[in-house]
Amino acid sequence: MVGVAEKTVTVVVPSLLAKVTGEQRELSVPASGPRSVAEILDDLAGDFPVFNRRVRNETGAIRRYVNLYLDGEDIRTLQGPATLVAPGQELLIIQSVAGG
Amino acid sequence: MGGMATGETVLAIGTKKGLWLSTSQDRTNWSLSGPHFLMNEIPSIGIDQRNGSTRLLVGARSEHWGPTVFHSDDLGETWTEPENGAIRFNDGDGAALERVWQIQPDAADRPGVVWAGCEPISVWKSTDGGEHFELNRALWNHPDKDQWGAGYGGAAAHSILPSPHDPDTVHVAMSTGGVYRSTDGGESWQARNHGISAYFMPDPNPEVGQCVHKIARDAVEPSTLFAQNHHGVYRSDDSGDNWQSIADGLPSDFGFVMLTHPRKSRTAWVVPIKADGERIPPDGHLAVHRTDDGGATWARFGTGLPDLDYNVVLRDAAAVDTGDPAGFYFGTRGGSVYASADEGEVFVQVASGLPDVLCVRAASL
Repeated sequence: MVGVAEKTVTVVVPSLLAKVTGEQRELSVPASGPRSVAEILDDLAGDFPVFNRRVRNETGAIRRYVNLYLDGEDIRTLQGPATLVAPGQELLIIQSVAGG
Repeated sequence: MGGMATGETVLAIGTKKGLWLSTSQDRTNWSLSGPHFLMNEIPSIGIDQRNGSTRLLVGARSEHWGPTVFHSDDLGETWTEPENGAIRFNDGDGAALERVWQIQPDAADRPGVVWAGCEPISVWKSTDGGEHFELNRALWNHPDKDQWGAGYGGAAAHSILPSPHDPDTVHVAMSTGGVYRSTDGGESWQARNHGISAYFMPDPNPEVGQCVHKIARDAVEPSTLFAQNHHGVYRSDDSGDNWQSIADGLPSDFGFVMLTHPRKSRTAWVVPIKADGERIPPDGHLAVHRTDDGGATWARFGTGLPDLDYNVVLRDAAAVDTGDPAGFYFGTRGGSVYASADEGEVFVQVASGLPDVLCVRAASL
């Protein structure tokens, strides 16, 4: 039997965005099988539209100074928003170094 | 806030790293609070008092989290952001909002109408007090679009002047692109740059492509406009059809600021910068210049300003209020903010050491 944790993907949110996710730092997204990063963010956009706008622009592109890591790998070095995330995997959002 | 005048003036200061608010009873002694939106640049502020209350609108932009518009109906105690964003391109537009450069409430008899000018070059209109804006598609799809470009700060529509006398007439200025006018409420737009130099182009007098830094409308005569160009200071008496130089008498024809008086005709202010290639106040002497005769003559005012200040005043980092006499305010890229309670003649320092000032707006409460 597959545990509940393995039927979801966990999105880890940086503290700076907690105020637009109802102060939640870890968001669970249903995933009965592999789902793309874009689909996972689409799911979250329904509940947390401001969070979605902070992470992606209107075209769906991940903002330039926002990095998403899948088990430690920057998704830009994988398939970008089309990168598949398997149930049980963790998607980590971290703001990159920017600004003066 | 109620509609009763309190005698207080609020000065909103948008910087590269947040918003500060300053208030004063006499426009001479100021108290400063902030920052709001720390680490967000605030390139645009609108103060809307048309409903008997005061709404602050700010265009904020985080280097990480992108641009958005907030509004506050309690002078910055609380801020609200529409969930899906006040300004947002649609899927088919193939564009994303980069920065809100201008938030401009329309005339007093059109409450609820607020305009926004943005990067990429676009003009937006709200009819609900700035909570949701619609893209002006006539300008967005304009056939001149491929001739518009980016100045150093980005490609943006930075000035929007709805005419208080005629709801169908709106002027827009963009860098680069120049001045555009609509006489049908934004259904169509025509370039109106005749007489404005574009010395940096192969043809220095093109129809389109000027780098107009700021435009302002005369308070009494709506067909009279003033422009601070990328080298060149101009006035038009025919709603932008033709522009004449009014730079004689100024130490330089370069600068970013252009403001007109809230009530007096032919009164305007500029803050000259030495040159495109030398972006400092002339010889480091920061000063405001005012004309009371449509640009025929200019008077220099620097009392209360530092002997030396090598910082630029950006296009929206200056504002007037509606007091009598009118107050004049500006901030520098060095983070100093100055206020004048006598139409820009004598200044006091409101703040120093702030991040680069991008935008100031003031209003009597």
